[in-house]
Amino acid sequence: MKLIFSGGLSLQRLLPFASLIFLFVGLSIATPNFLTETNLSSVIRQTAVINIMALGMTMIIIAGGIDLSVGSILAFGGLMGTMALEKGQPIVVGVAVGIVAGMFWGFTNGLLTTRLKINPFIVTLGTLGIVRGITLIVSNGLPVHNIPQSFSYLGEGMLGGVPFVLWILLVCAVAVHVLLEHTKLGRYAFAIGSNPDAAYYAGIPVAFHTVSVYAIGGALTGLAGMIEASRLMTGQPTAGQGYELQAIAAVVIGGGSLRGGEGTVVGTLIGAFIMGLLSNGSDLLGISPYLQQAIIGAVIILAVTLDELRKRRT
Amino acid sequence: MLLRLQGIEKRFGGLTALRNGNLTVQSGEVHLLMGENGAGKSTLMKIVAGLLQPDGGTFEWKGQPAVFTRPADASALGIAMVHQESLLAPHLSVAENIFLGREESFWVKRREVVARAAKLIEEHRFPLNAEARVDRLSPAGKQLVEICRAISQGSSLLIFDEPTSSLSDAETAEVFKIVRTLKSRGMGVIYITHRLDELRSVGDQVTVLRDGATVHSAPMADLTTDQLIRHMVGRELSALYARQPVEPGKVVLSIEQLSVPPLLKQISLSVRAGEIVGLAGLVGAGRTELCRAIFGVDRYTSGRILIDGQPLRLRSPQDAAAAGIALIPEDRQRTGLATARSIGENTNLASLEKVSRFGVVDHAAAHQVTTDFIARLRIRAESPQQRAGRLSGGNQQKVVIAKWLARGARVFLFDEPTRGIDVGAKAEVFEVMDELARQGAAILMVSSELPELLQIADRILVMRAGVLTGELGRGATQEQVMRLAAFHDAPRESAA
Repeated sequence: MKLIFSGGLSLQRLLPFASLIFLFVGLSIATPNFLTETNLSSVIRQTAVINIMALGMTMIIIAGGIDLSVGSILAFGGLMGTMALEKGQPIVVGVAVGIVAGMFWGFTNGLLTTRLKINPFIVTLGTLGIVRGITLIVSNGLPVHNIPQSFSYLGEGMLGGVPFVLWILLVCAVAVHVLLEHTKLGRYAFAIGSNPDAAYYAGIPVAFHTVSVYAIGGALTGLAGMIEASRLMTGQPTAGQGYELQAIAAVVIGGGSLRGGEGTVVGTLIGAFIMGLLSNGSDLLGISPYLQQAIIGAVIILAVTLDELRKRRT
Repeated sequence: MLLRLQGIEKRFGGLTALRNGNLTVQSGEVHLLMGENGAGKSTLMKIVAGLLQPDGGTFEWKGQPAVFTRPADASALGIAMVHQESLLAPHLSVAENIFLGREESFWVKRREVVARAAKLIEEHRFPLNAEARVDRLSPAGKQLVEICRAISQGSSLLIFDEPTSSLSDAETAEVFKIVRTLKSRGMGVIYITHRLDELRSVGDQVTVLRDGATVHSAPMADLTTDQLIRHMVGRELSALYARQPVEPGKVVLSIEQLSVPPLLKQISLSVRAGEIVGLAGLVGAGRTELCRAIFGVDRYTSGRILIDGQPLRLRSPQDAAAAGIALIPEDRQRTGLATARSIGENTNLASLEKVSRFGVVDHAAAHQVTTDFIARLRIRAESPQQRAGRLSGGNQQKVVIAKWLARGARVFLFDEPTRGIDVGAKAEVFEVMDELARQGAAILMVSSELPELLQIADRILVMRAGVLTGELGRGATQEQVMRLAAFHDAPRESAA
């Protein structure tokens, strides 16, 4: 009797990574401007914000949730942080304020879904509007400009020959990876997303861990908000519109499942970089930005279709 | 003495699921819990496992009174349940599922978890890989994971809720082997089953439930199969609808050698115009699956389905409906009705083109159809605009029937048509079925209520584990049906 089916690491699992390499090599050949330090640094800077948000989104999606409000949270975090800077607070404090502000809304999202037992899609659709509205009210719709020049280092600086944001991204990615794979919180996130009943019957405090995951997602989004603010050198109350869809797309291209229980940090990073390269490559090749959007949309559908086919086969 | 239940009662709303549940289980004993569908076996076990709370009676665990408010309370005292629908996280590994919820520290050392699980699996010689993902396991493999979970919690009582219904014969043998091992280690095992024949070799003690009460408890060796059947059946007959059979016409629906993997094998039957054919069997026998296949929901791999002698190409319910087949499903709320929509919309749902002109619905015509059916089927409703979900069970059932009558169906598959509806409404549903038969419809009716089936059906076909095991004519007894439904080695009985 054969009870077990053990599948190895299939070639298709490596498909997203292979596509990224293919894209990278292809662009290096197709355009001389691609493989330059300036261009690659700019790709990294452009993708870092989405990437860091997508890391939090990965945890949330693994736990069977979704957060549509991250674009608004990003603006709120960025605004709060830059307002602290405007008041003369040191940069570290400003960044911390941004992170805590983001975390607050993540926490709120988690609390609303678990307490009111409302579908997170609806809850975060609601907070998407609420947070954006509050951000606009607080700022009176005006961006914060009065920021110390040194703040630009966060988003634009270089360290060890690479953009500083790459280090931030790496630290966040490693932290989220370790959290997901090697801690109780992460393993419970998988269990909750995989089968909430099983998690409940196993005695797991489902609500607590769900809220924690949303809060961490919010904190990462707050950090992304500060990076965005640093790159623009303004606290922009209208920042981050539509970013939620890019963050979700990165997770999904990277093999995350909106039904929960599946997703990896590496996958999400690859997903975000595939989108980043597509958009950068299109720019370099002179493809119209209108067409770019269509290409990225098609890639999302293609990636998920291939992933579904792979899963169905096993 | 491990567990002692006395006079356990449980009510769900107005419905009494258990009125006098008694059960005593010793350590090192395999205790079989038997009874017909709906006898209260699962309810009693859910109470033991802390999933439900009793409304009355005494519950003693190892000589002490016990009260459980959550499943965790029961597992803390050493009671574990292997569920029919596995309660595992499919995306996690076998090892993680075994120890889920019992991680000791914030940091999870996955290698250690795998090593612990592997040791446990090795110790019991289970055919499992600790690192495999649970969604890649067969149903038997998932059960083994639940068993491992129970063992690792140091449980002294393990409950199996009909574990073999989804298993192959080889897997069943494997599970039995494991049950014997657990027993030899002094664990108590309660095994819910309908399939006694398989369990003669495993069981020590049998308790039979009927209509929510324990009717008999004895050592396995003291009971013959006949005695057991007598204890299981013999439900009280409530006064029902006495049906005058009509002279059947020509064959309308015939099924030849139909196989639908993984369950149904080589099913052949026919239903004539004006005939009501009952389909009896226990849970998991494949009756619903057969209805689904005839209605084009599930694909069959071999065999034929014919209407009026013409073979059908069924690829979807759309094809089945076009051929005049109607399914009145068991799960009315989910697959039978659009509960949020009105009676009128539901009635016309399958036949909108009949009340449409150039693709535009003629609301006056649709309304006329609805009011006609409300009158004809005596549907009690405030108005045709009332939401279908707000009707009583019996009236909901009539709306489902109206939907198919409007479509002009001639073959009706009734899957548990009386589930969850009150006695008066039952009689009305039977009246409607009788009327359909008189007008020449061919009816196949699945029911777990044997007395009902015996009264309404012209003949009864019995299924067990995906095959037809026999056919009985009018005047058949519950014992005869139960023998065919539950016992593998029973001799085939022909029509009376």
